[in-house]
Amino acid sequence: MATLNIEIDGRALQVESGDTIMDAANQAGITIPHFCYHKKLSIAANCRMCLVQVEKAPKPLPACATPVTDGMKVYTRSEYAINAQKSVMEFLLINHPLDCPICDQGGECTLQDLAVGYGGSSSRYQEIKRVVRDKNLGPLIATDMTRCIHCSRCVRFGQEIAGVMELGMPGRGEHTEVMPFLESQVASELSGNVIDLCPVGALTSKPFRYTARSWELSRRPSISPHDSLGSNLEVHVKDNKVMRVLPRENEDVNECWLADRDRFSYEGLNTAERLTQPMVKYNGQWMETTWQAALEFVADKLKTIPAEQIGALSTPYRPAEELFLLQKLMRGMGSGNVDHRLRQSDFSLDDKAHGGFWLGMPVTYMSRLNRMLVVGANLRKDHPLMAHRIRESVRWYGELNLINAHEDEFLGKVHAKRIVAPSQLASTLAGVCRALAELKALPVPDIAAHGVADDTARKMADSLSGGETRAVFLGNMAQHHPSYSQIHALAQEVSRLAGASFGVLGEAANSVGAVAVGAIPGCGALGQPALKGLNAQQMLAQPLRAYLLLSVEAELDTHDPVAAIASINAAEFVVMMSPYKGKSLDYADVLLPIAPWTETSGTFVNTEGRVQSFSAVVKPLGETRPAWKVLRVLGNLLGLAGFEHNDSKEVLRDALGDTPLGSVQAFLDNEVSGVKVEPPSPGEGLERVAEVPIYQTDAVVRRSPSLQMTLDASLPVARMNSRLIAKLGLQENGRVSVRQTASALTLKVQRDDFLPDNCVRVPSGHPLTAGLGPMFGPITAEPV
Amino acid sequence: MSLLKPTPQVCSWTQALDHSASLATYVANGGYQALRRVVTEQVSGDAIIAELKTSALRGRGGAGFPTGLKWSFMPRAFPGDKYIVCNSDEGEPGTFKDRDILRHNPHQLIEGMAIAGYVLGARVGYNYIHGEIFEIYDIFERALKEAREAGYLGDNLFGTDFCFQLHAHHGYGAYICGEETALLESIEGKKGQPRFKPPFPASFGLYGKPTTINNTETLASVPWIVQHGGQAFLELGKPNNGGPKLFSVSGHVNKPGNYEVPLGTPFAELLELAGGVRNGHKLKAVIPGGSSAPVLPAEVMMDCTMDFDCIAKAGSMLGSGAVIVMDETVCMVRALERLSYFYFEESCGQCTPCREGTGWMYRVIHRIEHGQGRPEDMELLNSVAGRIGGHTICALGDAAAMPVQSFLKHFGREFEYHIEQKRCMV
Amino acid sequence: MANPDSSLRLSAESLALIDVEVAKYPPDQKQSAVMGALRIAQTEKGWLKPDLIEYVADYLGMPAIAAYEVATFYNMYDTQSVGRHKITLCTNLPCTLMGAGELAEHLKNKLGIGFGETTEDGRFTLKEGECMGACGDAPMCLHNNHKMHTHLTPEKVDELLDKLK
Repeated sequence: MATLNIEIDGRALQVESGDTIMDAANQAGITIPHFCYHKKLSIAANCRMCLVQVEKAPKPLPACATPVTDGMKVYTRSEYAINAQKSVMEFLLINHPLDCPICDQGGECTLQDLAVGYGGSSSRYQEIKRVVRDKNLGPLIATDMTRCIHCSRCVRFGQEIAGVMELGMPGRGEHTEVMPFLESQVASELSGNVIDLCPVGALTSKPFRYTARSWELSRRPSISPHDSLGSNLEVHVKDNKVMRVLPRENEDVNECWLADRDRFSYEGLNTAERLTQPMVKYNGQWMETTWQAALEFVADKLKTIPAEQIGALSTPYRPAEELFLLQKLMRGMGSGNVDHRLRQSDFSLDDKAHGGFWLGMPVTYMSRLNRMLVVGANLRKDHPLMAHRIRESVRWYGELNLINAHEDEFLGKVHAKRIVAPSQLASTLAGVCRALAELKALPVPDIAAHGVADDTARKMADSLSGGETRAVFLGNMAQHHPSYSQIHALAQEVSRLAGASFGVLGEAANSVGAVAVGAIPGCGALGQPALKGLNAQQMLAQPLRAYLLLSVEAELDTHDPVAAIASINAAEFVVMMSPYKGKSLDYADVLLPIAPWTETSGTFVNTEGRVQSFSAVVKPLGETRPAWKVLRVLGNLLGLAGFEHNDSKEVLRDALGDTPLGSVQAFLDNEVSGVKVEPPSPGEGLERVAEVPIYQTDAVVRRSPSLQMTLDASLPVARMNSRLIAKLGLQENGRVSVRQTASALTLKVQRDDFLPDNCVRVPSGHPLTAGLGPMFGPITAEPV
Repeated sequence: MSLLKPTPQVCSWTQALDHSASLATYVANGGYQALRRVVTEQVSGDAIIAELKTSALRGRGGAGFPTGLKWSFMPRAFPGDKYIVCNSDEGEPGTFKDRDILRHNPHQLIEGMAIAGYVLGARVGYNYIHGEIFEIYDIFERALKEAREAGYLGDNLFGTDFCFQLHAHHGYGAYICGEETALLESIEGKKGQPRFKPPFPASFGLYGKPTTINNTETLASVPWIVQHGGQAFLELGKPNNGGPKLFSVSGHVNKPGNYEVPLGTPFAELLELAGGVRNGHKLKAVIPGGSSAPVLPAEVMMDCTMDFDCIAKAGSMLGSGAVIVMDETVCMVRALERLSYFYFEESCGQCTPCREGTGWMYRVIHRIEHGQGRPEDMELLNSVAGRIGGHTICALGDAAAMPVQSFLKHFGREFEYHIEQKRCMV
Repeated sequence: MANPDSSLRLSAESLALIDVEVAKYPPDQKQSAVMGALRIAQTEKGWLKPDLIEYVADYLGMPAIAAYEVATFYNMYDTQSVGRHKITLCTNLPCTLMGAGELAEHLKNKLGIGFGETTEDGRFTLKEGECMGACGDAPMCLHNNHKMHTHLTPEKVDELLDKLK
């Protein structure tokens, strides 16, 4: 790239050729007014607000779309430029309603701000103003379409970032209107970003609507507690209440975007279901009590139970400090029974891994990959913004190859795909492994000996041997799979043969952090040897005498909720630490109100090993306490050493040392060795395909009313392909009775011809399907 | 060969013949010889571009851009796909010349596009035809079929390795698609909204590939120039304004129609060819280059010759050569009201000044016409027009502004009268 | 997903015509055929119901909203129902100079409807058109988009209307 000399408003600048005037001005800190321009979207040049004077140009030019040329002299504030800008502003305002006092955008509206500088004090427009009918875009986005200034940012966002054109601009001239097709709801999991993009009050947040004015809000930084990206948040607070959540820009993590889950889950913080007082079950009755009494009761009770009969389980959505103290507490008591991998079912890698599993690369690299293989991932729903990065790679001519048990739309071009029953995932991967070895004339690895290199496998192998940047990723389904160890080992071989990076897409906000602080049996913080014990599955397969649950909603958070609930019900003592009451009212003996992420300080380690600490943004609700404090006091009451921390920073230092980032990075390693691969036995009968729906992943999301009204939160159905529907004598949209280990469940039949044969897809993690059984394995289905 | 002799008729010579649109007629009169010669003799593209430059052929679609220069912008050596696109989306009020070329002489356009494909390295071309002349679209599709069957389109033409395929694409009611980048968007199956430039189509055109877009008459003139030389074409017009040109004369004349006369022909002569002003009325005003060109009063017009430079000097534009003649019975307020409605109706809605400003202007003029004018309206109209002009992505903003400004400039008295008296002056 | 409503299905002839359109463009640019495809669908079904637009969009593998944008941008597509005979009268300046205004009044009186309206018997829809590119033959109208009638006079209009049942 050549460097050019230009001048803006008399300032000499050196800029790269290919830059626009807008780019150059931004680099120099010169503000040019604009509406349609957005650094992350394609150039539209339609609002015309950024017209500037360019020496020798016959008319004003749009700064956003005009490339700089050597020697160019630009004037952004000359009378000529200002005249052009004022002209545009007059046109923008003639049909814009003067309803700022009742507009939610008031106070943070680009049009309002710029009108102060460029608008007239009265209007010369004496004709009737345009009125545009509002659209129903669903529970998240409110519309006031009369305010729309047609900048098309929302439309471009759909096409270019969300990957799906849900909004368009039908009509012509001044009759052009932003709308979805046929009144349909916007269904993208990234939809809320159009609220931020809209420069006026046409698209605003429905849950936030009319609840506060922007100038009443305190803005506090935080980290999202949902997926493993760890999106950076700006939490807006009024009167000690979270009013809304917006993205905090971080180019290396979430850029300027947020998934809807990160944006709207805050509604779940303010529900009546919050637990605000410690409670103890006494003679079958729940009684409110004090922290002192509750914790003494817990400590006394735990002292009476042999340590190996106590199990500690946490969700991977809790901060690292809490997970660290939980395992320290258990190990202090003499038990290694601690785990957070509640949905995992194959733990045989525990003695074959050399470190914590992670993405294998910085998140930013995902936007510029040439060749990708993604195995067992529901990319869009499990990793909404990483899916966007992969789409970006695909747009830059990257080739995406998929192996999965279902085919939900990725919203981008897929180079090759194999959709197979879950039991065939490993052997399909073995086929790709074999094809790659054959292509490269290298020995076929032993573990891939049974693989069949069919056409698709060869197409994938071909793809993976090209390009310059390559990666193999394992998704949540792969990690939950009963043959995870084989899938992991095979993916490792594929990436080795392809010269590709190998990564595990972290399941949850703190999946990486939980392992790093030692919340797994046999492995302490940063991989130090530690007391061995039972893993999550073992703890729940047979009842232990006592369970310490850190925000675990066993019926929703576990691989086999039936077994989990049975074991927990059979236990003699169950302590639930949670921000919510929930079903634990049925099975717990003590309820301890702990803080959700907005009410405590803490740390999440994202899937690339980025250590992101955050502070509380509001005071704890009622008697709620940060869980690290609860665990620290419990440690004291149990008389354990090393529980003297004064704040969460000391806990983090205790866990990860003085340089957490470096320590974590050094600890991460996806390499495994010594995995034996068995050829799969051909399955008989039907197999279950289960994913955790996007708005059922964790306790907070489950309680967000608006997210629960989205299409993604529709009631579970039983999906199967037409062949299976016919074979079972079912009717599309009719009823089917499905059964695994426990009771039968009646669901609606939905045809999904992208599913493999003999597979019944029923989501897990949902209250309606909690009685069904494990996420994988045999399932029966018959007409009702 | 008689009809390919240097006569003033470059594009309209088939019109008088039986089966004017047929391949047989065209070939019997020397058609496709130019294409055959350049392809089989492997005439260099540079040589043909040089002839075009000599010919001073200027784009017949309205802008008058030198065709040879435009072709030289095309990255001919670019290895990937390239396209040649013909703009037959003739919707500028007053213009109807390309319709006659398509109706009576489609093969000359096909030949011109094939030569363009040869010179510019395009293997595929599209001709975008105005949707409202669907019967003409059908005629052109039939001509394409004939040309394919006769081996003038397709693979390995004349036994060489030159391949060129041509397709017709129809509009369906959007004036803006006459703007070349809106036309490209439309071929891509989208709303016809103009693109901002740069990048220009020569580097980023149809499907993002290098593309050259020319008007129907322009491309149809190419075989003649190739056959007879650029100098001969130039001599049919005047310096910097080569060749004859089709003028579409409409409105208040006795014989409306297309007249192919040398550039530089006095307007008075053209008017006479068209039978003079109807019913012996007095000439009042002329829009000399399609509705987007500024209107000129009769006395200015009668001193003009019909070429790009003279009309520009008089304060208007030759544009597409569409001459709208208005006699003394015309109310200029009503005429402008209708034109303003047209631009309001046809604004694509993409960019702010045009989307908002065309409706504003129309509503004010509509008020004036309907006796609701206000004293400040004329100044307001001039100001709004001035704020649209030069501020939009494409030229439709200017096209909407210029009639308003020119009507007010030359016929302001009529507007004042309307505002004061709340009725028409004529 | 293709819409299951069979009344939306286009005839084999129409689909064959659409395939001809598709073949004009590069294989990865099927969307280019949307203008032709919507025209063909409208010709068969009379007007473009939203579901029909969705059907065409699915056929071409493009988002329904993108096809809807096209259908609403170009004014020869009808996204509201129209009568059996749609008469589009050009009233632009050259036609108006030649009497289009008087013709418009004549048509409105004769049919008892205004521009943009349909007669109660569903026989005629009257539309105001923009420049049709044949100003030398003014005034003119289109019958059902594809047939142009030029050099109109009130008498010729009457004759035309009488022929259209």
